[in-house]
Amino acid sequence: MLNEWQPACSIENLRLRAQVFEDIRQFFSARAVLEVETPLLSHSSGTDPQLDFFTTDYCSPPLQHTLFLQTSPEFAMKRLLAAGSGSIYQICKAFRNGESGRFHNPEFTLLEWYRVGFTLPQLMDEIAELMGVLFSGHRTLNPTQRFGYQEIFHRYTGLNPLEFSYHDYCAYARDNHMPEAVSICGYDHALWLDFIFSHNVQPQLGENAVCMVYGYPACQSSLARINEYNSQVTDRVEVFVNGIELGNGYYELTDAKEQGRRFDEEMSIRKQTNRPVTVKDKHLIAALEAGLPECSGMAMGLDRLLMLLANSASINDVLNFPIHRA
Amino acid sequence: MASYSTNEFKAGLKVMLDNDPCAIIENEFVKPGKGQAFNRVKIRNLKTGRVIERTFKSGDSLEGADVVDVAMQYLYNDGEFRHFMVPDTFEQYQCDEKAVGEASKWLKDQDSCTVTLWNDAPLSVSPANFVELAIVETDPGVRGDTSGGGGKPATLETGAVVRVPLFVQQGEVIKVDTRTGEYISRVKE
Repeated sequence: MLNEWQPACSIENLRLRAQVFEDIRQFFSARAVLEVETPLLSHSSGTDPQLDFFTTDYCSPPLQHTLFLQTSPEFAMKRLLAAGSGSIYQICKAFRNGESGRFHNPEFTLLEWYRVGFTLPQLMDEIAELMGVLFSGHRTLNPTQRFGYQEIFHRYTGLNPLEFSYHDYCAYARDNHMPEAVSICGYDHALWLDFIFSHNVQPQLGENAVCMVYGYPACQSSLARINEYNSQVTDRVEVFVNGIELGNGYYELTDAKEQGRRFDEEMSIRKQTNRPVTVKDKHLIAALEAGLPECSGMAMGLDRLLMLLANSASINDVLNFPIHRA
Repeated sequence: MASYSTNEFKAGLKVMLDNDPCAIIENEFVKPGKGQAFNRVKIRNLKTGRVIERTFKSGDSLEGADVVDVAMQYLYNDGEFRHFMVPDTFEQYQCDEKAVGEASKWLKDQDSCTVTLWNDAPLSVSPANFVELAIVETDPGVRGDTSGGGGKPATLETGAVVRVPLFVQQGEVIKVDTRTGEYISRVKE
């Protein structure tokens, strides 16, 4: 099209983005959290079984390496933490191949921060404060809500997410006009939870409010720590506003052995599902062995946050050049 | 037929679902940051006209449906079937009442319309957006009335009933929007 050279977003939304970046920097500067920058290109990648990577070739004759574009700055930032950086944050680009839609662009902007010495509840307090600052002047939010995953899942579905009951889950799918869930999810507990949560729970979360859901089932733990008192759940939090997922945080796993084990497990899942092979990040394991301080960390999608502030229905409204115009 | 993956599901794409030809209306990519990606798709069943929502695992695919829209001329009704012809090739198709559906009330002999074919068999018929039809029955208008408010029912030559302004008379030809069933104007003979 003729006007494809033009930005997809309005000039007003360019300003909004700049303002949000400034607010974030002020917020963390006032709390003595250090802004850092880490490489977008890496020799290794995450092992998340649900993410696809962009790769590129690094040519430095006679050597040639495949490099990965990061899906999040998590590993590099944890290496800084292990090296004694103290609390840190960064605003950066992250890349996830194949993700495109109303809420997704394969290249997007993340705010990621780590707080040394913070537990998950302390991190959630800070998330609430930051959201208060960022939304003020744009939108008056209802009071922040906090729910346990099990509680909120049960409230909207009547199901127990921590105990897998194939029979109950199938009956629920049939009664709620999504019989296809049975063939899609089969006996995969985590997949069932993704399906039901994203269809029937998430859309109800945080009506004009910040809603934090914590205590995700252990089968969806990723890099979070298993809860000290209840081994069925992990210290993981997700943040929603108006049914839109904004971010994900953990009380971080510091056990190198456990981390190595989860990487192996995720890599074998990737193999089973025919996802591209990944390279385990040895530097991260080494950093965990050297000692990651007790900390909590959060990653937040800034493009979606901007969508909410600008009241727009598509991520393209807040990106200057979304993938099809890039 | 080629098959299409979820990321190729665009509005208007014709695919086979549960053995019926369907058209994609809307496709939303849903992915929890740490979870499985899905595509929640709104689809119209082209046989029944019903719209349903169906979720797919991202990357899954559906077979394409051989569905094409062909401009045809409506010929006549033999009592059981309505007959249509492709003007360029003179190829003829017959449609039962189910396929013709709502279109029947706007179809006059010789009119152009669009016939949707699935595997070369008529699936549905869409009339032109605007048709011109004669009024066969309506109450006499009130003298001096202009086009404002109210109106009255008028039966057209095809059997359709539309609301027309009071000044429009029996025997006159009017232009109707078939998508809304609304009167547009009188047509000067």
